[in-house]
Parts: sequence; structure tokens; C-alpha cells
Amino acid sequence: MRLIAAMSGGVDSAVAAARAVESGHEVVGVHLALSSNPQKYRSGARGCCTIEDSHDARRAADVIGIPFYTWDMAEEFHAGVVENFISEYAIGRTPNPCLRCNGKIKFAAVLDRARAMGFDGVVTGHYATTQEGSMGKTLHRAVDASKDQSYVLSVLSVEQIAGAIFPLGDTEKVDIRKEAAARGLAVAQKPDSHDICFVPSGDNAGWLRDRLGSEVGPILDQDGNKLGEHKGAYTYTIGQRKGLGITVPTSDGSPRFVLKIEPVTNTVVVGAHEDLAVSTMYGEKPIWCGPLLDATARRGFVQVRAHGQPLPCEYFFDGSLLVARLDEPIFGLATGQAMAIYDDDRVVGSATICETAQ
Amino acid sequence: MAIYLDHAATTPMVEACTQAVIRQLKVLGNPSSLHTFGRAARKELERAREIIARHVDCHPSEIIFTGSGTEADNTALKGLFWRGKAHGRNVVVISAIEHHAILDPAQWLTDHEGAEVILLDVDSNGLINLNQVRELLSHRADEIAVISVMSANNETGVIQPISEIVEIASDYGVAVHSDAVQSFGKVPLSFSKLGLTAMTLSGHKIGGPLGIGILVLRKGFDIPALLHGGGQERDIRSGTFNAPSIVGFATAVEEIFLDFVSHSLKVASLRVALESGIAAKMPDAYINGLSADRLPGIVNATFPGTESDTLLLLLDAEGVACSTGSACSAGVQRPSHVLLAMGHTDVSARSSLRFSIGPSNTAEDIAQTLKLLPAVLTRARAANLR
Repeated sequence: MRLIAAMSGGVDSAVAAARAVESGHEVVGVHLALSSNPQKYRSGARGCCTIEDSHDARRAADVIGIPFYTWDMAEEFHAGVVENFISEYAIGRTPNPCLRCNGKIKFAAVLDRARAMGFDGVVTGHYATTQEGSMGKTLHRAVDASKDQSYVLSVLSVEQIAGAIFPLGDTEKVDIRKEAAARGLAVAQKPDSHDICFVPSGDNAGWLRDRLGSEVGPILDQDGNKLGEHKGAYTYTIGQRKGLGITVPTSDGSPRFVLKIEPVTNTVVVGAHEDLAVSTMYGEKPIWCGPLLDATARRGFVQVRAHGQPLPCEYFFDGSLLVARLDEPIFGLATGQAMAIYDDDRVVGSATICETAQ
Repeated sequence: MAIYLDHAATTPMVEACTQAVIRQLKVLGNPSSLHTFGRAARKELERAREIIARHVDCHPSEIIFTGSGTEADNTALKGLFWRGKAHGRNVVVISAIEHHAILDPAQWLTDHEGAEVILLDVDSNGLINLNQVRELLSHRADEIAVISVMSANNETGVIQPISEIVEIASDYGVAVHSDAVQSFGKVPLSFSKLGLTAMTLSGHKIGGPLGIGILVLRKGFDIPALLHGGGQERDIRSGTFNAPSIVGFATAVEEIFLDFVSHSLKVASLRVALESGIAAKMPDAYINGLSADRLPGIVNATFPGTESDTLLLLLDAEGVACSTGSACSAGVQRPSHVLLAMGHTDVSARSSLRFSIGPSNTAEDIAQTLKLLPAVLTRARAANLR
């Protein structure tokens, strides 16, 4: 096959590209430039990370021996990922931009462009596997459970999965680093990235404050009593305990947690731990990674965080919302996160959590 | 078969130059040393300077060797600005289509030295407006430290009316610099006839070595240095002489002027073939700067509905090397400031490619490129998501 290898400049995507070449594919390396920082005369100036990452990706492509180009996806990334990130926080949700990037950029804008240019698919360094079976090509968990990234890929449609190649899913991360070193790739020991790539400081709240302002609002208990003030409801996450800035203690000294974020009134509601319990979750805008679901309740697992546990549940699709009823309640579930449904290790699909119930 | 159509980026070193560089690399002696070895090296270097001066039509002492065209541009712009500033002149006038080696130092002078930079507009053919120059000088001549306008543009090949600019400026005694990196060796150029204060040249654009540039600076126009040290080159550019590259540069100059007319004619005929082929096979494509005087070897074409980085990738895969203008340090393609200044939109500027032809190209290269282009364009249009 003719493949585009999306090369971030990290170790995983470099080894993925090398493995794709070794499997006999014709591979072209592409680094995606996702942030723009226009200046008056030279509008190409970018954050230092991008320049260094783009350099690392280029050197990896040199070592592997494949052509290398940089694609400017800054506009698409801003419109599809960054703006969504801001607007989701503005309505009191906690989005996951990595899922959004996979669904809207890497396996949408890049894959579409690659296909139109005569390529068959996109190779990435994600830890996930695919299988060909009676349901066609399906998405599954990686062998290395601690690195499994099937959750952030659960937004891929059948059509997108068809064009996705994940060469690393069968290997443990430590072995990928060893393999990178053996292949002479300079990024073998490059640290993993953790922060959100467009918030290089890692200070999410500060970054959001610059864009959403810092309007003071009340922190209330569930009876509506004012306990304190905050500077922007969006800086809180459901289930958050630390840094609430409440001076009024509870009568029994028990801690308080963020229960609700109400953006319209700019209010944060706090309460006891047991009030965080969630037994049922509802997700909107579902995406199916295989056959469509119906209203028949099935047994499986739901995962609600990138490296969260698979939670045993019963799930079904009621025609508009994806519903998961947990066997055991969990505590503190933010809307805006994705709920990914698994049938054993196969990703069934996902939806954006819009409502939860005790 | 690989087809190289990016000669404006860099062009093959001519064989005689390679030999001259190798020969000089083996010669021991710092040209600044006073002993026999030093004098021998210096002799070759000065001979090279005289050869180049003859073809540039300047005095040998007006040639200052630098490490690149960019360094020569920086030295000229900053140096002439500082020279002017000492006499109360604070304005730098440049065209909107200058190379970044002029644009960026101009910006730097604004940010760090309090300079006022005035950009000269260009029309849809990429030509500056002499009336704007006249107007500007009639009002603000005594504020202007330097005017810098490139001799021919690196992206479109459009040739600017340098002698007219100098004529206007000389009435007011304003210094004029011209970046002639692209035009030297391609079209006739005489430093003394143009009457310029300063001019920039580069070795590797004419078949000479990389890493050698020239600032031609009129006698008596001494400017502050960027590099201080041993006092070489009129104390304007210190640093041990790069004798092998200087000798190589001179050899390339000799070679190019040996065959100047036939090379130019050949390159120009290939350009005409490429342009008429594009017009015939791709009717919605257009050539930028079509009605202006242009260098013989540069074709800048806009292919509506495509993105140039897609075109470049697809052509590269077919063995054709061309260019999309300048990329940023992360390698991202930006819409060309040159095309934007000519009235392009972001979208149409991003749909443009530069093919630059050199003496080593053949009619078959052009025919093969024209054969590949329609299918590449179809693919690129399909891949254009914007």
C-alpha cells in the first residue's frame, strides 16, 4: 500500500513509520504543523516545540529513508479542535482535545487528503490494534494495557478505521524504545508528551482565563448557600476537591467536591462525595466503530477517561442517546468527556457525555 | 529520471569551479599572513576579486566578500541605516517583495533601532511604482537613510527598474542598495552604470560554491561592521578569507560569462516552452508577472483549486523538483508575501509553484514535466480540502 505516516517527532510515530516501511509499504512521512503564530513579516514563526518536533520528525524520516514533508493543518486544527476546546469549557464541560484531533484532523483532514492524493491510508504511532473479521476492519485495544490508546481513537468511523494503520499495537512501550534505539532513531529516549499540545505551559486554567475571562461567580452548596467565590467556573472540573478556595468548613469536617458547573449563572456547586455518584451516563452524537447499535441492552464495558478502567455495564442506543448503566457507581464524571463502549477488547463506539444520573 | 527545476534555490556547481575549489583547498597559507605562503594565497584571492570586479563592472576594492547573500544584505541594510542615522536619517525604504534577508533586518531595525520602514508597493505584475518613489523622495528625502530594492525577484523573476530608482535617488543624494542575487549572471548587470551605492551577490546561484556572498560597496561609502575582528575587507567584514570559495566564485563567474548569451537564450527558450505548455494544457492556470520583464529562467504559475505543497509532493514523487516559495523554520509553507503584494489572495498565493530553469535543463525535462502536470493537478484538486 501507499501510506502517509503522520510523524509527530516522537518515538512512537517514528517506529510506526519504520515498521510500515518494513512491512513492504511505500511510506511518505508527514509532520503536521498544528499551531500558527502569525507575525508581521514572517508569518511562519512558530512555537519552539513545533520547530524542534518537526526537526526530530525529519531526522527520523531521514534514518528510515522515506520522503518527508510538513503539512500545515493549523487552520483545520484551530477550527476543529482549539475552538471546540474553548467553547466546551465555556458551557461547563470538560472536553478531550486528543479525541477531537484524531476524529477531525489525523483521520479526517489528513486521511481525506492522503486518499485524494492516491494514498491508501494513514500510519500513526497510536497504541491500538485492528482486526479483519466478519464485521470488517474493527478497532481493538493494544497489547500494552498501560499504553492502550483505543479510547482516544473511539471517535473513528468505520470508514476512518479502514484507512488507519497502527503498527505498534502489538508491542509494549519499553520495547518500542529499545527498537527505536536499535534502528538508530535519535528520538528513542525522547520523553512522552503529556500536556495538551496547544497549551505548552501546561497551565490549562491560565490559558482558558486568557480566552474566557475571569468573571467572579459564587460557589454554592446544594441548598444554595454561598460558600465562597471563584474566578471563572470553567477552571473547575466535576469531582475536583483541591483548590476550591472555600473558607466555610462543613459541620463534620468532611471534604467538599465540585458537583456541578453552571456556566449561564457562572456558578459552581459543591457537595459531599456521595453526591458525585454516577450510575447511568448518556452520550450524544454517537460514532460507531463497527455495526450500529440498537435499543437492545448488551453487556460490555464503558471507559470514560484516556487511561481509565473499563467499567462493567449494560449499554444500548435509544435512537438519539447512547446509554450506559454501570454495575457499580463511579464518583465524579464530567460532561464533555467521551464514553467509549467496549465489547471485550473491541471498540464498539463512543459518544460525548451530556448527562449523568445517580 | 530526476528533473531539477529549482535552479533559483541553488544550481549545480560548474566543473571548473569544483576543480578550482579543490585546488585552493590544498594550498597552505592564510591570505592575511605576511610570509611567502600567505602572499601566495593572497595572490589567488586578489586575482579572483579582480575577475569578479571585471564582470560586475566595479572596482576590485568595492568587493567585500561575505559568508552569504543574506550576510551581504544584512550588512548593507543595517550599515547604510546606521550611516544615515548618524546624519539624522531614520527611514528605511524597501519594496514589499524583498527577500527575507532584507525584510527581516528591516523589521529588526524597526524593533531595535527605532527605524521607520516604508514599504514600496508593487502592481499586479510585481513591479514597483516609480511615481511612489518620486513622491516619497520629494517629501522625505532628507529622512531616508537607504532605499533597498531587489534587482529581480526570486519568486517571480520580475526585474525592477533599478537604474530609474538610482536616478531619482541621486537627485537627493540618497543611498540605494539592490539585492542582485537572482539577476547576476542571468541578465546584464553593471554596478557602475547602475550607479548603486551597494549591491548583493551570491556564489551558489550562479554555479559557484555555497557559503560565499559579496557585498559590492561603493568606494568611500564606509559603513559600520556587523562582524568585528581582524579588520579584513575594509574593516567592514572581519574573518579569515575563505580563499577556496572566493577562487571558486571567480571561476564560476568566468565560466558563466564565457557562454552568457547562449546560456541565457537556451534557458529563455525552455521557459517559453514551459509557459506555453502550461497555457495550452491547463487553461485556468496563469503565469505571475507575465507582462513584466523577467529573468530568463523563472516561471511562477498559479494553479487554481490546488495547494502548492500538495503539488510539490506529487511532483517530487514523480521526480520533478520545484519550489513553493519560502517555508518557515518548521518547514511549513506560508502564502508568499511576494504574491500577496501582487494582489493574490491567501488561497491563490497558496496555489502557486515556482519552476526555475538552469543551463543544465533540456527540452525533454520540460516536455516530461508538462506531460506529468495535468494528472498531478487533478489529484491535487481532489486533495484540496479548503
